[in-house]
Amino acid sequence: MNTEEFKSVAKTKEKKSPTLKNCVFAFIIGGTICVLGQALYDMYTGVLNLEADIAQVFSSISLIFLSALFTGIGLYDKIAKIAGAGTLVPITGFANAIVSSAIEFKKEGIILGVGVKIFSIAGPVIVYGTFASFIYGLNYYITKLVV
Amino acid sequence: MYYLYAFIIGGLFCIVGQILIDKTKLTPARILVGYVVTGVILSALGIYKIIAEFARAGATVPLTGFGYALANGVEKAVDEKGFLGIFTGGLTATAGGICAVIVFGVIAALIFNSRKK
Repeated sequence: MNTEEFKSVAKTKEKKSPTLKNCVFAFIIGGTICVLGQALYDMYTGVLNLEADIAQVFSSISLIFLSALFTGIGLYDKIAKIAGAGTLVPITGFANAIVSSAIEFKKEGIILGVGVKIFSIAGPVIVYGTFASFIYGLNYYITKLVV
Repeated sequence: MYYLYAFIIGGLFCIVGQILIDKTKLTPARILVGYVVTGVILSALGIYKIIAEFARAGATVPLTGFGYALANGVEKAVDEKGFLGIFTGGLTATAGGICAVIVFGVIAALIFNSRKK
């Protein structure tokens, strides 16, 4: 199927999305993922006595792990159909983008399939996030010198 | 109480994303890039810190929080290492998350097969 055909097929399958209903689901499911993140953080600081920034990284890693697991067994995509941006915007959505790309392109090989395509969606996030942090760092450095 | 704030603020970040999906033709990759860069900008302006202080995970779990971590990291690194920190700060602060997605991504690819037809 070429791009044009794909576009026309996609158009016919495209549903008129009821924005209000979608927003309610996005709000509830996205909010729930954040609460889960908070619970993990509190567990790491409270039960394991980790320092704040270490607990922060571990709760991100835990959410990423859960997202990878749910993506692998096919559950994340099912939730995402209802949640929309509720599963895209949290860090779990970023992890889902990476893991599902990796699984999907496995058929093209471990090196050129998984290795290259793993970042097809998340790559731009890392590229422009890092770029923005560089610009801010440069700005912060110069400001500190001048002031 | 902060669990409620985390829920509401985190949910609001997702509503913004949902409106972008429904009302614009932006692809998920573009939306995620927008969130990260917005996170860095709001952190640079000192706004994100205020949100993160009362919403906690409601601000750190959405992808804008990834931008917040990048900005905080580069700030801290410049304070500690000077000029070199501009280069190392962002990625150092987010290395844990980035390594985790790569490792779990590769492992998942080895274990699971695509369901897409």
